[in-house]
Parts: sequence; C-alpha cells; structure tokens
Amino acid sequence: MKISGAEIVVETLIEQDIKTIFGYPGATVIDIYDQLLKKNDRIEHVLTAHEQGAAHAADGYARATGEVGVVLATSGPGATNLVTGIATAHLDSVPLLAITGNVATDMIGSDAFQEIDITGVTLPITKHNFLVHDVEDLADTIREAIRIAKSGRPGPVLVDIPKDIQKQLCEFTPGPRIEKGSNPPAKDEDVKRAAGMIAEAGRPYIYFGGGAVRADAGDLITELADKIDAPIGCSMMGLSELPTDQPRFLGMQGMHGHYASSKAMAKSDLIIGVGVRFSDRATGNIDRFSAGARKIQIDIDQAELGKNVEIDLGAACDICDFLRKLIDTVEEKKNPNWMIKIEKLKAQEAEQELPDFLPEKAIKAVSNMIDTDTEIVTDVGQHQMWTAQYFEFKKKRTWISSGGLGTMGFGMGASIGASYGSGKRSVLFTGDGSFGMNLTELATAVTYNVPLTIIVFNNGVLGMVRQFQTLFYDKAYSNTTLNRKTDFVKLAESFGAKGFRAQNEEEFKKAFAEAYECEGPALIDLSIDKDSVVLPMMRPGGTFDKLILGEED
Amino acid sequence: MSKSNFVIAVYVENKYGVLTRVTSMFTRRGFNIDSLTVGETENPDYSRITISLSGTNSDRMQLLSQLKKLYNVRKVEVISAESGIKRELLLIKIRTTTETRAEIRDVIDIFRAKIIDYSTEAMCIEITGDTNKVDAFIDNMKPFGIIEMCRTGIVALERGPQSMLEK
Repeated sequence: MKISGAEIVVETLIEQDIKTIFGYPGATVIDIYDQLLKKNDRIEHVLTAHEQGAAHAADGYARATGEVGVVLATSGPGATNLVTGIATAHLDSVPLLAITGNVATDMIGSDAFQEIDITGVTLPITKHNFLVHDVEDLADTIREAIRIAKSGRPGPVLVDIPKDIQKQLCEFTPGPRIEKGSNPPAKDEDVKRAAGMIAEAGRPYIYFGGGAVRADAGDLITELADKIDAPIGCSMMGLSELPTDQPRFLGMQGMHGHYASSKAMAKSDLIIGVGVRFSDRATGNIDRFSAGARKIQIDIDQAELGKNVEIDLGAACDICDFLRKLIDTVEEKKNPNWMIKIEKLKAQEAEQELPDFLPEKAIKAVSNMIDTDTEIVTDVGQHQMWTAQYFEFKKKRTWISSGGLGTMGFGMGASIGASYGSGKRSVLFTGDGSFGMNLTELATAVTYNVPLTIIVFNNGVLGMVRQFQTLFYDKAYSNTTLNRKTDFVKLAESFGAKGFRAQNEEEFKKAFAEAYECEGPALIDLSIDKDSVVLPMMRPGGTFDKLILGEED
Repeated sequence: MSKSNFVIAVYVENKYGVLTRVTSMFTRRGFNIDSLTVGETENPDYSRITISLSGTNSDRMQLLSQLKKLYNVRKVEVISAESGIKRELLLIKIRTTTETRAEIRDVIDIFRAKIIDYSTEAMCIEITGDTNKVDAFIDNMKPFGIIEMCRTGIVALERGPQSMLEK
C-alpha cells in the first residue's frame, strides 16, 4: 500500500525502535506532526519550548542510552535553532538524527518564506547530511542516516525533507533495525608494539576519554591497568566510565583536572591514550606537553591519531578489541617506584582540600543522597568543573556534559532528554549564567512532569570568565557581573515547578532531600560566593609543571 | 617540519554537492590548496578530484584521514612522485609585434606548445605539461607581455595497467 512521505518518516522511526523524539512544529513539518498524532501510541513526541532545547534533549537522551537521539524541526528558523545542539553533539561524538522540513522542491533556492539551506549550514558540524530529492529514497535515507550516526565514531546526521516529498505517496515496507556496524579489529603488529613499549616503560599512565565511554571499555581499562601496574586518568568526557573510588583511578586531568592525575600524566614515560583526542584543554601547551613520554593512541577514528600531539604508535580500530588483545599479549609487570610516587601525589592532593568549600560540600552531599544510577547533567562553567572534580560517580554513563563545544544552555534540554532516556530522575547542576540561557525549558519539564532536580549555583557572576579576569586580566570584570534581580525560586514557581532556596550546606541538604522526592521538576537556588574559583588550574597554553593551586599563585 | 608538494587523487560519488563537501572540509581544517580539478572518470558513478597542495607529512596524513571520513568519498590516494604522471593545461594570450613574433614562435617550438588563435597584436597559445614545464613557459613569455592566462590545475594518473578504483 502506498503511504505519504510524512507517514514514511514516522514509520521508519518506529521501525528503527525510536520510542521518543523531541521537536517543535512549523509549516514545513505539519504533515509529519499529523502522522505523529495518529501514531502516538507507538512513538512519543516531546514538545520543547525552543528547538535548541529539543536538540539538546535528543543529545541528552542519546548520551544516557547510547541509542540515537532524534530531533524534529521546521525549516528556516526552526532548522537554524538546531545548529548549536547539532554542533554540541558533533564535538562530543553523540549519535543524533536531526530531521528538518524544508520548502517544496520547486521553491528551493528562491528565498521562499522560512527557506534556509540547512544542509549547507550544517555541513561542517554533521557527520553527514542529506537533502531528500525523491520520496522513493526517503525511508532508506533515514535508515542510512541512523546507520551513519551510530556506527564507527558516532555523530550527528541531518536529513532535510522538502514539504512536497512529505506529501507524495510511495510504497513502504518496514525493514530490520539497523545495528552498529562492526569496527575494524586491532592489528596484531600494533598490539605487539604496544606490549613492547609497555615492557620498556617504568611509569605507564592510561588516559581515556569519551571514546572509551562510547565503547564501554572501562572494565578492560581496569584489567589492563592491573596487569601493567599503571594509574588511570581521564579527560572530562571520560568521566563515569570508571567509579570515582576505583583505587587506580586518579580522576580527570587537564586544565581543571585533579592534581594527582595531571601531575602523574606529566611525569609518566608512557601515555596510553584510549579514545581521547588530546584536546588543548587536556594538554595545555602542545609543544611542551609530556615531552618526556612516549605515546600510544587507540581510537576508532584514524584522523584523531596524532592530530593534536605527536604519537609513537597509533591504532585506528575497535578500542575493546585492542585492549583485549593487549591484555592477552602484554607481560604482567610491577612498577613499585612509580606507584609510590602516585601515592605521594594523591597525598599531596588530599592536603590541598579547601576547608568549607560550599560547592564541594553541595556536590558531595548530592553524591551521597541519590541513587547511584542517577544521570548527572551539567551546563558549562565553574559548576561544571566542580561537579567533574567532586562528584563521586559509581555507575557508567551517568555523566552528561558538553565537553568539546562547551555549550552554556546545554543543561536544561539535556537533562530532560536524560530523564526520558533513563526513565528516572536526573540531577542538573547549573549556574545562574548557563541556566539563564535556556531556562524556558522549565516549561517543558513542568508540562511533561519530568523528574528533574535542578541545582543553580547562584553567584551573580559569570564565574568562569570572571576567574580568568581575576587571574589574568587584573580583576577588570568586563561584563561578567550579572546585576540581575531574578528570583529563581519564584521563577520556578511561576513555571509550575517547586522552588527551594539554600545559603549553606545544612539548608542545601534539607532542600535537596525534599526536591529529590518531588514528583516532577524542582529547583534549588544555592547562593555561593562570587569569588569561588576552580582549582587547580593550568594557565591556558601552560604546562602541568606549573599548576595554579591557590589564590596566592 | 619541512613542507613538500604532493598530489592526491580522490574518487567521489558523482552527485550534487559532493565537491562542496570536499572543499568545505579543506576550509574548515585549514588546508591550503594549490590546485584542484574535478571531472568525469571511466565510471559514470564517480568523479575524480585531483588536489595539489604543499604541507608537512602530518598535514598529508591528516588530509588523507579526513578525506576518507567523508561519506561520498570512495577512494583516496597519493600520486607518488616516481610513478605518477602529472599534467596541466595552460591557455595564455601574449602581446605580439612584428619584431617579437618570430622569437615567440621559437619558444613555442622549443616547448612544443601550440598557437590556437592569431591576430596582428596577440596570439593565444596552448601548452600541456607538468607544472615545472608550464611555469618555465610562462617565465619565457613574461618579457613579451602576458595579456591574460588560465591554468587548469593538475590532473594525474599512476603509471601501470590497473585503475585506482580497482586497486
């Protein structure tokens, strides 16, 4: 039987096991929305307040589940509002399918109402994109887009569908669910070389990132670390893949990483990078980054090997396959002197703890009060770094944060998506700056009664930029003081959510206990000092030898 | 790290917008291209893009990896300096006078170039060859006065019996 292009879109999503999509209607997607209404017993659509929120929600859903997140938007402004969300997913390798409507084929190129060349706009921020020219190709294009989004190194794919294509009729036969393609296996010669380099090393350090999370490689990383007696660190994108209290795990390294982790990386003689791109935030000055260490890099993406730092061995293959073969091949070894050094670094780190630091106390309190599989979502800024530093992760895939793009405003949409993905309550740590960007999504959270606890670290300033201004710009606070009079408690209430206020640890714990038990969304406005800073800190373009550890530095 | 010139041949799907995808990647990743040509191949499903550029060895590796990641790219290869045949075509319009005409014709003969348009004040010349030969010919024409010129950029094939697509 022939069905319309719009029906094909929805049937193909259902066929591909997509249960929830996020979006916002408009003129060029009315037909698809009509079908979504007719089929709402088989696929759920979540209407957000803004397309950007929908894109971040689909992203958060994908990060929480490991499945493809889907966002739907109309042409023109609907499509361009997705751009920041798509770019966020692109930089963090998140499998995302963005479907946009466009004006009818014969109008394309005429600057028609709400027409935009969205495949052109998103060319550099998608893994690939498609403009559908023929309804006969529609189902296969969506299937191919899903395959591309989730295979190899995941990423966002956009499918732009002109309105006339949605109306045309075409035969449709449901197809099988598209699975991730298998990744190329590790080459024995690479594994042997890696084993040889490990045998020669006295101070090995395993450094993993988001690629290890996508590949679910945490257990193998631990096994390798035990066999070769190495400490482990990660980039921000790697967080939650290993439990924070794993004895070999030193935590996040990088610009605001843990002291022991960053120092250990700088002092090691062999860095084994697993699913990391050695980003500038993680390495500081590239030319002087761990100059004394040999480097192995294992990644699914050939183009990442040696892109940012020079490496001695690169393997573009399935990370888990490489680790499994390496564990079988490598000789068991002990590095007693290195491990003594690591223990010293950990002890030094423990000494640096700030007494009575409210952000830390609040984050640690949340760590202790919630179910271990709660998704922890953040926005971008100081609160994000504090959460990365202090939260005690216990379960995999419980950390959702915008790493590569550093998108302020990511959190509200992403945490709604995360709640849909996990089917459980999420906790969002945000700041008054980031929250201000997309707080309209509170409306979405209330409408759908999304289980979500929002903690706003309210310092009345754009803290991260202010911190840079404090340290490097002579305390000239250009445009980082938010002289706003927003009452976040009243704001939450006006949206229909519960609001709580807290000024100290005791009040916060009490408020959180209550907020966490609310059925739908609840917000806690936690006042913190505007001069709280994220430490340690590496100067931009600096090295790990010279970390800023206190304000006197 | 030292820079060198290299030529890359890319088979891409012969579809709308594919050239933009390739060139947009160059812009985004900051690769600086000396020349780029595109045209039909033995297989109507594919076009062949020939890119000439200079860069370090790691630039070259990065470029190859990034090209291979593009969805519409079927095959990417570096045309080696030893076994590659590289040619480009130049059309050049030269000012002529009664005094210079004979001398210009001598140069044309030496370079095995061809006169394709002729008038009392100017002639249009066609020459094919590798980049060095074309550069040398242009240098020899400069003193006479170049009115305008147009180069195609490099096209290249590997020597030997096989096609790159089948390799």
